[in-house]
Amino acid sequence: MSPRPGFVLEVDRSTPSTLFWHGEGYRLERLPLGSRVLYAPEPVDALRDPVGAIRQALDAPMGGVAPLRSLLRPGMALTIAFDDVSLPLPPMRGPDVRQLVIEQVLETAAEAGVDDVVLIAALALHRRMTDAELRHALGERIFDAFAPHGLLWQHDAEDPDQLVHLGLTDEGEDVEINKRAATSDLLVYVNINLVAMDGGHKSVATGLASYKSLRHHHNAHTMTQSRSFMDQHRSELHSSNWRMGRLIAASGVKVFQIETNLNTDTFPEQFRFLQRREWEWTARDRAAFLASSKALEATPDRLARSIFHAIRAPHKMTSVQAGEVEAVHERTTENVYAQQLLEVHGQTDVLTMGLPYICPYNVNSIMNPILVACLGLGYFFNMYRGRPLVRAGGVVIMSHPTPWAFHPGHHPSYIDFFEQVLAETTNPAEIGKYEESFATDPWYVHLYRTGNAYHGVHPFYMWYWCAHALEHVGSVIIVGGDRAAVRRLGFKPASSMADALEMASDVVGPDPSITHLHSPPLLMADVR
Amino acid sequence: MSAGARLVSRARRLRPEGLPWGAPTWPSSVERGAPERNLGADYDTQWTRRYPARLARAVLLDNVTRPLAHIVASPEVRGEEVLELVESPAIYVANHASHVDTGLLLSVLPARVRHKTVVAAAADHFFDRRWKAHLWSLVLAAVPIERHRVNRKSADDTAALLRQGWNLIIYPEGGRTPDGWFQPMRGGAAYLATRTGRPVVPVHIVGTYRIWPRGGRRLRRSPTRITFGTPITAAEGESARRLEARIDNVLAELAEEARTDWWTARRHAGRGETPSARGPTASPWRRAWALGPDPSDTIEDETRWAVADD
Repeated sequence: MSPRPGFVLEVDRSTPSTLFWHGEGYRLERLPLGSRVLYAPEPVDALRDPVGAIRQALDAPMGGVAPLRSLLRPGMALTIAFDDVSLPLPPMRGPDVRQLVIEQVLETAAEAGVDDVVLIAALALHRRMTDAELRHALGERIFDAFAPHGLLWQHDAEDPDQLVHLGLTDEGEDVEINKRAATSDLLVYVNINLVAMDGGHKSVATGLASYKSLRHHHNAHTMTQSRSFMDQHRSELHSSNWRMGRLIAASGVKVFQIETNLNTDTFPEQFRFLQRREWEWTARDRAAFLASSKALEATPDRLARSIFHAIRAPHKMTSVQAGEVEAVHERTTENVYAQQLLEVHGQTDVLTMGLPYICPYNVNSIMNPILVACLGLGYFFNMYRGRPLVRAGGVVIMSHPTPWAFHPGHHPSYIDFFEQVLAETTNPAEIGKYEESFATDPWYVHLYRTGNAYHGVHPFYMWYWCAHALEHVGSVIIVGGDRAAVRRLGFKPASSMADALEMASDVVGPDPSITHLHSPPLLMADVR
Repeated sequence: MSAGARLVSRARRLRPEGLPWGAPTWPSSVERGAPERNLGADYDTQWTRRYPARLARAVLLDNVTRPLAHIVASPEVRGEEVLELVESPAIYVANHASHVDTGLLLSVLPARVRHKTVVAAAADHFFDRRWKAHLWSLVLAAVPIERHRVNRKSADDTAALLRQGWNLIIYPEGGRTPDGWFQPMRGGAAYLATRTGRPVVPVHIVGTYRIWPRGGRRLRRSPTRITFGTPITAAEGESARRLEARIDNVLAELAEEARTDWWTARRHAGRGETPSARGPTASPWRRAWALGPDPSDTIEDETRWAVADD
């Protein structure tokens, strides 16, 4: 049976309670009559023969590029870059799609007699991946073949010896990327596309770039000019990356882009109720919900976090395309839209959302308050095309425990950002004056390069990610969050959804229209 | 709390009450794939109007339901004299606050009416499982009504029953009130009245919301008051929409009468000042606040007429 499309449900008296994620847990909330609930399209079917599809994509690339095997020759330098731990979410059940693709690329390279091959995790300013994470993403065979020989690299945006400046774009943007990637005879980039923002020129121009280059588009101005950054035709983030990508191509860097679409099958069988429509819950789903939610209530936070981060998503590859960057990305984006777009008529006064335990920046880590804001206002808010789901001056209500807790190893600069910068201002346009000091702080640089820490500037980027939403909405309310942490973010805490809706009516007036973004699976609203 | 009390409390918490404990209900705007045959509005209730079922129901009503209703709800009936004037079959139109309403209303109707009455019940709620359909159609003579969409079969079947001499109890709000205030009325009752020409008897019930409100977990004893209004008959050529508005007004007047007295309610009605029974347009807590102390608290203490002071 083909997957059902998404739809907009209007809550009536027969509508059962609606599931909201709440960090490492979930809740059932009753939404007022007349509220809209946006249900995502069901996950599309997986490719029956993913390896065959990969081989076909390598043999018949798009955009006038020759087949991969004809681009490979003995004596050449080949670099294979791949997306880091921030994708997919949650990490997928093995074999990871990166493993499947890179194994086929390496098979082809081996047949062609290519000896000089280096693999690079395209971290940008993200934390270095652990060996276990690399093993999971690449598989044992690749890890054991490359890592012991120093041929499995992690991009270091702070090593001047590993960077090369390729020039300035028409807009004066520095393009500085990984030297090995830029100077190889062929750069193969292996991407995972979960949302429309991923991929395209952003893969190389961001994933393999330095701070000097990234700061041109990772700033409050770009974010407020991207409406949304999931819609490439109206995204300044996209435009900037495209300018850089074209300069990279013009500089002689030969990129062979491989993009993959995954379906939105996000949780394994025992958690299947999380992505089912509530009125279709079977007795088994209800039992699973009750057992897991009651057990989680009695579980220490740390253990609950470990349990959730151990979840491996049953994501499956739905398509793979290879070749010239822009041609490939156009097809990839079409596939993302075909899977995730949901037509919605009209904006809403109040947008509600339940935030889960994970976002791209806390895999195997803590979802700290800044990441809560980024997931809700940076990602979920921006999952639109056309107009934002919530009207200008409207209210966003997010459900998450928002603990005042940080992973000191992964997010050291976040702690200082939260304690010092946000204590002074939460205005994305004003925090820029502190950016340089965080970005160049030697201790943060040291932790980024040698440990598993996000770059010192990363919390600023997370806050910039919220800039469009913060400029657009009238108020942000977090239900069930740590009150002090929520207030530090500049938001309002509420103890229940009913309280939050009451508080929202102070901003948007009585009897507001309410829309709930039901996730998972992921959806992107096409707001007419 | 004693161990026994704790056990009882935990057992109560285990009782199904919507998600996640009970099976989920189905939003009315969502189409169900391949519905189970002979359920919902398609359920055939003909067997419940045959004599064996009627006899069983009469025994149950007179020996179980009525005594229970009097124990739990201590009903005080006002305006029952109008029932003598009503020519059966009639359409009894009441506000709806609790599952207790039907049993209570049947208990206070005269026997000749009580044993020849069917009850319009939500097809999606009372007839969604086979055991529920059997149970409610036998015990209450429930007939399935589609409340969220227009269904010609529901309307035709119910009109046919009226023509066959069966009285009908119907709750035009389409479901129990979530907060104690009236909800907007739907046009089914008025449509049936205009179509069949049968009289509409407006009934106001107060106090049952306290006994077992929507979402309530246990039954509480509390006094109730049932007020019958003057029967309404559709005028020649009167539209269902216009009749619906009249019924709505009369129910609001009865609500005021239950709160105050008949004369106050009549005077306000005469001046067009009957307060809305739908409550203020405000947040949930303000609507709850505006309900005031539960009216049933004062039913027994209330003095119906002045007593001369010696």
